Amino acid sequence: MAEQPTALERFVQGILPENPVYRQLIGLCPILAITNSMQAAVTMAVAVTFVLVCANAVISLIRPLLKPHLRIVIFTLTIATFVTIADRVLAAYLYQMSKTLGPYIPLIIVNCLIICRCEVCASKQPVFTAVSDAVGQSIGYGLALASIACVREVLGTGMFFGMRVMPAAWPDWSVMVLPPGGFIVFGLLLGTANWISNRR
Amino acid sequence: MVYFIDILLIALSAALINNFIFYYFVGACPFIGVSRNVDMAFGMGCAVTFVMSIAVFLSWTITTFILVPGAPVSTFIAGFFLSAEQAATIDLTILSYIIYIFVIASSVQFVEMYMRKFLPLLYKSFGVFLPLITTNCAIMFACLIILSKVSGVENPADAWDLGRALTLAFFGGVGFTIAIVIMAGIREELELCDIPKPFQGAAITLVVGGILALAFMGFTGVNTGLKKALTFTPVAEAEMNDSGSH
Repeated sequence: MAEQPTALERFVQGILPENPVYRQLIGLCPILAITNSMQAAVTMAVAVTFVLVCANAVISLIRPLLKPHLRIVIFTLTIATFVTIADRVLAAYLYQMSKTLGPYIPLIIVNCLIICRCEVCASKQPVFTAVSDAVGQSIGYGLALASIACVREVLGTGMFFGMRVMPAAWPDWSVMVLPPGGFIVFGLLLGTANWISNRR
Repeated sequence: MVYFIDILLIALSAALINNFIFYYFVGACPFIGVSRNVDMAFGMGCAVTFVMSIAVFLSWTITTFILVPGAPVSTFIAGFFLSAEQAATIDLTILSYIIYIFVIASSVQFVEMYMRKFLPLLYKSFGVFLPLITTNCAIMFACLIILSKVSGVENPADAWDLGRALTLAFFGGVGFTIAIVIMAGIREELELCDIPKPFQGAAITLVVGGILALAFMGFTGVNTGLKKALTFTPVAEAEMNDSGSH
């Protein structure tokens, strides 16, 4: 290890150069499952941000106490606690959205993105670095969710954030909001992202 | 009879109609990452099915006897501190996520230890995959379905029993195996194709997965049709028998 990236570098890296979705291909379940509308995608991004920032901060604070063989258990239990909080808050204030997202909010617990950030960054770095890394990664994750969701929602229902953007004659391409659309749109966007970064 | 039809429909819907990967997208990470050759994919599928059955068995037991309001164990313990009516309303389902992840992590650990000791051959064949399974969303997802079927129902008689829960877990795992093996077979062939460079690897896998998901959409509605076909004759016969005996 030559030199550790600083807090700012980690923040910037999370957004595009090491985007968790397009570059590292982790945390894919919600990427495919809830990107059929922008509202769901944004809610999910906010929930992931909350959990990731809190979990990274806590893990970073208790890092001197972590035992190597028990660390994964501690990570998952910490994450599970914050996911429970996020889930309850969502059920209290955005009941309809919490119904729509259903089991995908609790599935944040097993989202590899968060465990990966805890393992790679938070368990080795001080709090400020860990939090800035978490914020950068969550912004990257949110952008990826939004990019897929806006393609799927506009093509599938002709709407954007629930507002009509396509002309009335637009035939709703409903396969886009169904499961196969998630795979195909994400595959094509991923290929495009690779193509653009290779050309540079 | 009704019970068997129910079991059959749960099995069919978990394995094919609402396939874990193609309908719910859970377990997509190993689907992209591991499905490179058929043998490995089959090993992964078996390991997931096995651990899913164990984890669902444990989480069904814990949910039914401890977590839901009025569950025997929590009522008994709370009975020492509270009055009987208060004790029966204790609702611990808020702890369910923490408990499930703990159950999954520990059952993976136990399965690993048991297999290393008693089934070394099997352990060698799926050794690599076992630790990975802890963070496989499919298993957590199966536990969450069980939670919603046990505690989310309005009428206590509708809550799923152990047989239904285990059927869902086992055939959910079978569906996962089917999906991942089909994908691995296709990917082995894809190695020989001339794919544009940016699409090599994950991107083409996702597009192929999308086409497979389209194919699996063909199963939509099979369960309602089958249910009609199965329940029609027996119910009519049962009514006739009933009226005959009276």
